[in-house]
Amino acid sequence: MSLTLAEVEHIAKLARLELSAEEKERYRQQLSAILEYAARLQSLDTSGIAPTSSVLPPRSVLRADEPQTSLTPAEVLANAPHSEDQQFRVPKVLE
Amino acid sequence: MNDLTDLTLRQSLDALRSGAVSSRELTRAALERINALEPRLHAFITLTADQALAAADEADRVRRTTDPDALPPLLGLPIAVKDLLAVKGVRCTCGSRMLENFVPPYTATAVERLLKAGVVVLGKTNTDEYAMGSSTESSAYGPTANPWDTARVPGGSSGGSAAAVASRMVSGALGTDTGGSVRQPASFCGVTGIKPTYGRVSRYGLVAYGSSLDSVGAFGRSAEDAAALFSVMAGHDPLDATSMDVPVPSMRLDGNTDLRGLRVGVPAEYFIAGIQPDVENAVRAAIAQFEALGAAVVPVSLPHTEYALPVYYLIAPAEASANLARYDGIRFGYHHDSESLIEQYRATRGEGFGPEVKRRIMLGTYALSAGYYDAYYGQAQKVRTLIKRDFESAFDSVDAIAAPVAPSTAFRLGEHTDDPLAMYLEDVFTLPANLAGVPGLAFPAGFDRNGLPVGMQLMGPHFREDILFRMAHAYQQVTDWHLRKPAL
Repeated sequence: MSLTLAEVEHIAKLARLELSAEEKERYRQQLSAILEYAARLQSLDTSGIAPTSSVLPPRSVLRADEPQTSLTPAEVLANAPHSEDQQFRVPKVLE
Repeated sequence: MNDLTDLTLRQSLDALRSGAVSSRELTRAALERINALEPRLHAFITLTADQALAAADEADRVRRTTDPDALPPLLGLPIAVKDLLAVKGVRCTCGSRMLENFVPPYTATAVERLLKAGVVVLGKTNTDEYAMGSSTESSAYGPTANPWDTARVPGGSSGGSAAAVASRMVSGALGTDTGGSVRQPASFCGVTGIKPTYGRVSRYGLVAYGSSLDSVGAFGRSAEDAAALFSVMAGHDPLDATSMDVPVPSMRLDGNTDLRGLRVGVPAEYFIAGIQPDVENAVRAAIAQFEALGAAVVPVSLPHTEYALPVYYLIAPAEASANLARYDGIRFGYHHDSESLIEQYRATRGEGFGPEVKRRIMLGTYALSAGYYDAYYGQAQKVRTLIKRDFESAFDSVDAIAAPVAPSTAFRLGEHTDDPLAMYLEDVFTLPANLAGVPGLAFPAGFDRNGLPVGMQLMGPHFREDILFRMAHAYQQVTDWHLRKPAL
């Protein structure tokens, strides 16, 4: 299992991570080694085995739909680098 | 050094109750010891000394003016909190540059319950970045040193909390455990640490890493001390949909050391080639001790143990890659301004996250990506089912499983930093409990030839932390490993 540089760049794009050329090459090598190690899972026959996404018994968790106090807009925006009129400010996305 | 920091958590509470000591005196003593040892250990990222002293004064006032029978159980007790749990108004860095200036507007439920019970929070302890690591070396704020040998790691990711308890800065501290992050540092630092059943302690206010695996736990110098914090944190919380409404049994531990009627399973898969001989010998001696106390020791098999590591290092990074998508530089955290939104995301995340976090995001993104999902993430989830069944089948015939926490004692700072796979292999004995969701309790069982603590763990059926505490408490009545103090 050996990743190509193009595959590393594709993953970084999906993950929205800017990586230096040096990082790309390091992750290419390290991820290849880890994935090679993980390949041993392929040797197990799991036909008919259900996947586990949670160890808890399947159940529905609902609460009564009643108004409750929540954080104030000032509290919500306090950690934002840019805000305006009680909203988060982002760069323009449409021309 | 003053004597107050030598008090265990239980002794501190007794001294507060009898009036022999005030919360201010205990808190001051703790802060003095922290200040004296921090230059060598670096257990904390943020100290909240002023708030702690004010809280201590308030605890002392409440004690003077309240009916003694109506006092909260932990009133005036100083503790430390891992910097992955939100405390309102105190910055929560998660060991990351990304959250260097993030101040949460609310408090994690686990911490809130302890505050209601009267604790005084001294500060936030060091952690591997977003809890991703086994040595506390991936913290953006520098590593924590092991109190038993400052050239060695304290374990991780809750290394700051474990080192703070081992060095007697505090008698109790909170940690989190996604793949061993309470148990492995407890083992490396010679303290007792509980990783509760998944769903036992609310995760509300715990910054997410691997949501199907994350748990909030606690450290103390003994099982009794860890149980005192655990029993306050445990219980249902409507703010966490995975928190279970299961009664919390009394963790009241007495001097009874009779373990007759309990069956302890020993899994051959945890005594493999490569395990350090001193670790195996200490753990086997502890198992013999349990037998001497009346427990029946029987062999059990957990045949899929060897697959836990690859399963974990696909599932946890996959969940992390989704959880950490929230760090976009817009609502909170580090940000790199750019003309285009997509460039802003990429630069913010490329600069804000450290190497281990980026590695796991990349790995998880790959495991979830089109064309690879079934082969990696899907297959890992199926093998997780097999690992979970191993435990269910073992617990049909035993009450607890005894095993080493890690194959070796504390390794040297820098020993594994260039080889992520070697670092991941440190977690080989702790990952299965997280994948199966069962509780685990780590505690000291001896020392190796270099004077480093050896830890062992007991794992139990879901929601049976009480069995683990009872057994470890009995063991600690007849051994003194947990009373040893590092020479600092």
